[in-house]
Amino acid sequence: MATVPTTPKSRGASSQPATRPRRRDDTRLALLFILPATIGLVVFYFWPLVRGIGLSFTSWDLLTSAEFVGLDNYRRMIDDPVFWNAVRVTLLYVVINIGVQTVVALVIAVLMQRLSNSTVLRSVVLAPYLVSNVVAALVFLWILDYQLGIGNQALEWLGTDRIPFLTDETWVIPTIALINVWRHMGYTALLLFAGLQTIPHTMYEAARVDGASELRMFFRITLPLLRPILGLVLIISVIGSFQVFDTVSVTTNGGPVDSSRVLQLYIYDNAFGQFDFGYASALSVALLLILIAVTFLQYRATRAGQTDLN
Amino acid sequence: MANPTAPAEHHAETAAVDAAPPGTPPPGTPPARRRRLSPGRIFAWVVLVALLLITIFPFYWMLRTALSSNDALYANSSSPLPVDFSWGGFERVFGLQSTEEAIAQGGSGASIDFWRYLMNSVVVATCITVCQVFFSAMAAYAFSRLRWRGRDLVFSLFLLSLMVPMIFTLLPNFVLVRELGLIDSLLGIMLPSLFMTPFAIFFLRQFFMNISTEVEEAVLIDGAGKIRVFFNLIIPMSAGPIATISILTYITAWNDYLWPLMVSYTDESRVLTVALGTFKSQAPQTGPDWAGLMAATLVAALPMIILFMAFARRIVNSIGFSGIK
Repeated sequence: MATVPTTPKSRGASSQPATRPRRRDDTRLALLFILPATIGLVVFYFWPLVRGIGLSFTSWDLLTSAEFVGLDNYRRMIDDPVFWNAVRVTLLYVVINIGVQTVVALVIAVLMQRLSNSTVLRSVVLAPYLVSNVVAALVFLWILDYQLGIGNQALEWLGTDRIPFLTDETWVIPTIALINVWRHMGYTALLLFAGLQTIPHTMYEAARVDGASELRMFFRITLPLLRPILGLVLIISVIGSFQVFDTVSVTTNGGPVDSSRVLQLYIYDNAFGQFDFGYASALSVALLLILIAVTFLQYRATRAGQTDLN
Repeated sequence: MANPTAPAEHHAETAAVDAAPPGTPPPGTPPARRRRLSPGRIFAWVVLVALLLITIFPFYWMLRTALSSNDALYANSSSPLPVDFSWGGFERVFGLQSTEEAIAQGGSGASIDFWRYLMNSVVVATCITVCQVFFSAMAAYAFSRLRWRGRDLVFSLFLLSLMVPMIFTLLPNFVLVRELGLIDSLLGIMLPSLFMTPFAIFFLRQFFMNISTEVEEAVLIDGAGKIRVFFNLIIPMSAGPIATISILTYITAWNDYLWPLMVSYTDESRVLTVALGTFKSQAPQTGPDWAGLMAATLVAALPMIILFMAFARRIVNSIGFSGIK
C-alpha cells in the first residue's frame, strides 16, 4: 500500500532536545485530530464486529435479555433448508450478476478506449450509478411488468411470448441480477477504463505496425495487461454483489415462494420479521465467512494486484 | 494545482492499487488515432451506441410515464410519448390533490408527504457529508503531516476496517442505536456514518501527503500553529479532492436504503429511498399507480442528476482506482 514518509520512531515527546523546534513531535495534536475518526472506527466498525459474533451465540428477541445458547444457532442453520436455499440463490445471483456485468463493462471500457475519450460519453455511462437501487428496481418493475411493461411489449413485437420476469421462479434471479447490471455496469466500465489508461499506447502502435488486428490486440495486449486491475475490480464487485438486498426487497421481497430470498434478505427477515437477533447474527457470520473465503480464493486465482507490465 | 482533477486521478490511482507499476505513464490523452471509418469501427460505434441507449432508456421511460395519466397507461402502455399528458403523478407525490381526486386518478389516496421525505434526505445526506469529510480530513492530516509515535500502527488499524463489510456491522449497529434511544430519528440514521469512512481517510491522505513541505515550513515560520496550517493551508489547497470526496459521499448517503429502513418507522425519520418503498407497497386494489410511482422515483433521483450535471467532469475523472470502495 501507500508509503508513509519515514519517521524516526525512537523519538519520544519527553526526550526532545531543547534545540529542536517544538513542532517535531505532534502527539497531542495528532490525538486530537484522530479522535472523531477513532470513535467512528471503534464504535461503529470494531465493536459491532465483536458484538455481532457474540450475538450469534445467543438467543435474543430484543425485548428480554439475551440468553447464551452456545452453538444452537449454528446447528439450526445447518438444518435450515431456507438458509441453504438462500445460499444457493445468492450464489446464482452473484454468478449471473458478476459474469454479465464484467463482460459488458469490459466491452464498454474497451470501446471507449478505442473510440472516444469524451467526458460526455463517460457521464452518460455513469448515469445509472447515481440513482439509488430502489429507483432502479422500481423503474424495471414497471418496464418488465407482465401486462403493461414496455419490455414485454417489445417481446411481443419481436414475436416471442411475454415473460413473467419478476413473478416466475426461474426468471426472478436472472432478472434481478440484470437490473443490477444496468445500475453498475457503467461504474465498473469507468474503473476498467481508468485501468486501460495505464497500458502504454506504444504497445498498440507496435502491434499495429506488425499488422495485428483489433481482436488480436485485445487478447494479446489489453486483456493480459488489464488482469491485475480486472482482478481487483472483480473482488470489489463480488463483495458488493453478495450483499444484494435493496433490489430484491423492493421488487419481489423474496418471492415467489423463496426463489429470490437472498441471504441478506433472510437475515433481515429473521432480525426484523421474527425478532430473532441471535439467529440473524449467526447468519451474518456465515455470510462474512463466505465473503472471506470467496475473496481469498479470488485473490489467489486472479493474482490481483500483481502486474505483468514490467 | 491549476487543474486539480488531473493530478487527483493519478495520485489516487497509484495510492489505492499496488498494481500500478512505478513507471506507469500518467493517464493522458492518447496519441491521435486514425479517424478512418472502417467497417469494424462502425460496428464498434453501433455496439457502443446500443449500450448507451440501454443506459438511457429507463430514464426516459420514467419521465414519459410520470407525465402520463395513470388510467391512460393501462389502455396504451407502449406509446413512446406520454399518454394523455398530465401532471397528476407529480401532484399526488407532493400531496397537491385531494384524496378523492387522487383515488379517481389511480392513486392510493394515502397521504404521502414527499416534501418531508425530501427534507429528511437532504438533512441526512448533508450532515453525513459535512461531518464525515471534515473528520476524515482531520484524521488524514494527522496521518500525513503530523509526526507522532504509533502513527503507522494506528493507520494500519484503519486500513483493517476497510475489510469489514457493511453488512456485518448493520445488526450490531442497530442494537447500539436502539440502546442510545435513537431509533426512528434522523440522528440515528446518520450516526454510524458521521465520523469517518476508511476510504475517505485514505483518499484525502494521498493528497495531503503531496502538498509541498516548503509551503508549510514558510507558514510555520510565520508563527502559525499546525492547526492553522490545517485550516488555512491544507484544506484550501485540497479543495478539489475534498469536493470530489464530498460529492461521492453525498451520493452514497442519498442512495442508502437498508440502514434507514432498519432505523426509521414513521414519517419522522423516513428518507426518500425508504418512502419510495412504502409508496410502492401502498398500491391500490385496482393496480399500481405507475404514473405516481414514476413521478416519485424521478423526484428521488432528480437531485442526484442535477448534482451530477453540475460536477460531471469531476465525478467522472475521480473514478479511477480511487473509486474502489
